[in-house]
Amino acid sequence: MVDLSVFQYHFMQNAILAGLLGGITCSVVGVFVVTMHLSFIGVCIAHAAFAGALLGLWLGFNPLIGALLFSLAAAAIVGPVADRGELNPDTSIGIIFSLMLGLAFLFMGLMQGARTEALNLFWGSILTVGRQDIIFLAATTGVIVGLVAVFYKEIQAVICHREVALAVGIPATVIFYGLLFSTGVTITASLQSIGGLLIYCLILNPAAAAYQLTYSLKKMLLIAAAFGVISCWAGLVASYFFDIPSGASIVITSSVVFGLATAFSPKRKVKRWQQVPLTG
Amino acid sequence: MDNTVISIQDAVVSYREDVALQGVSLEVEKGEFIGIIGPNGAGKTTLLTVINGLGRLIHGQAWVLGSRLNGGNGNDLRKRIGYVAQVERIDPRLPINVRETVMVGCYGRLGLFGRPTRAQQKTVDEVLEMVGIAHLSRRPIGHLSGGEYQRAAIARALVQQPEIFLLDEPTASIDQKAQREILRLIQLIHKEYRTTTLFVTHDLRMLPSICDRLILMKDGRIWQQGSPQSTLREEVLTRLFGAPAPVAAEITSLQT
Repeated sequence: MVDLSVFQYHFMQNAILAGLLGGITCSVVGVFVVTMHLSFIGVCIAHAAFAGALLGLWLGFNPLIGALLFSLAAAAIVGPVADRGELNPDTSIGIIFSLMLGLAFLFMGLMQGARTEALNLFWGSILTVGRQDIIFLAATTGVIVGLVAVFYKEIQAVICHREVALAVGIPATVIFYGLLFSTGVTITASLQSIGGLLIYCLILNPAAAAYQLTYSLKKMLLIAAAFGVISCWAGLVASYFFDIPSGASIVITSSVVFGLATAFSPKRKVKRWQQVPLTG
Repeated sequence: MDNTVISIQDAVVSYREDVALQGVSLEVEKGEFIGIIGPNGAGKTTLLTVINGLGRLIHGQAWVLGSRLNGGNGNDLRKRIGYVAQVERIDPRLPINVRETVMVGCYGRLGLFGRPTRAQQKTVDEVLEMVGIAHLSRRPIGHLSGGEYQRAAIARALVQQPEIFLLDEPTASIDQKAQREILRLIQLIHKEYRTTTLFVTHDLRMLPSICDRLILMKDGRIWQQGSPQSTLREEVLTRLFGAPAPVAAEITSLQT
């Protein structure tokens, strides 16, 4: 018989809460980047947050502040780079991405002594999230979900038809940057539990899975959030019972969810062929 | 009473080292239907972007619907200007349907915190009916054919209740039957609402027969303008396009 007494412990309750909040928030912002086909921008912002957090650890200030500043700065740089098209967006975002990764390794290399905390940011540890992390994550979830509810019509217009949104007088550029900054804040809030290298999979996989299943944005948001939470909880349970890293198990679970959604996607099905007689 | 809705003076627009508009001046009166023709790269689309405030002037001035465009008021003006571009390739899996796409037309006027009213929902249904795609309203937008997509784009612009209607090659990349239907629809809309309309095309066969005036553009300049009778002449068109351009049977109807 499976021993469920572990769920009585405070650390496990915190982890379940972090999985719920992180799963919802990451998946919701994931819907934005997947629908706008901006996955690489998201990867870049995720690594910027990781580099910022490591800078904080190295210099001795709160790593979340470093992560927030770096992710917002990355969003502020990669947005115009993608828009203006002076360089191929893939090239310029790739350069910023590699710079962020380089900075992350530099800061880690410059640290003195044990690097346990830094490695935790690398892989994440949902089983050790503290009260402060949960509060930050809950506040972020509340703000992101609230903004989506209030500005749903503008968000739908911008992520599906950005040029049209601009042409009808919607402040499309403000909304677009708001979505990029939301991605940065979400990544920062989830860094502790999921980890800098793995967070992006949790943003991308549940949203990409939901994208395979529906043509309705509202349903896509709900399905992505459900997939995100399921990935977090299933990964968490696997992590505890098989004694494997939690971040890795969460990401692998979300990848499996994506694989299943793609395999059973109604969007891949071809309508039954029928021979229609030629007329005229 | 001054009936001018668009007034552009000596407009210059540049994209990096390319000058797209070179000293263009134009006056458009309320209710006019203007055809803008010219070869590729003539500056036709750039002229439309100046009118809807998306093109940045590096020299000259533009007044649209009584406001001088200054870079900060373009958003407010665009709420009053319908814009239809040529068919674009869109992701067939995009999570938005035809009705939702058309509804986007009223979001600008609604503002950030507004919600579509019942009257606006009804208007959307009526416009979908008018452009002939009411039966497709629940279909994902990425599943439409080129002609159907253009009808949806026109419906979205109509829902805006525009005072100016800008059509940028709306019949490009669609089949001939759909082209004729779209042209018929555009002319019907102009007759019904008398909206000031600017219609851009490089294909002379696509000129609507209700054009009041034609503007011929070349190399970022207005090369010639006037009535269809005075401009649609073989020697003029041949010089404009730099190649023999016989006046086809389809456009002779404009001259009569």
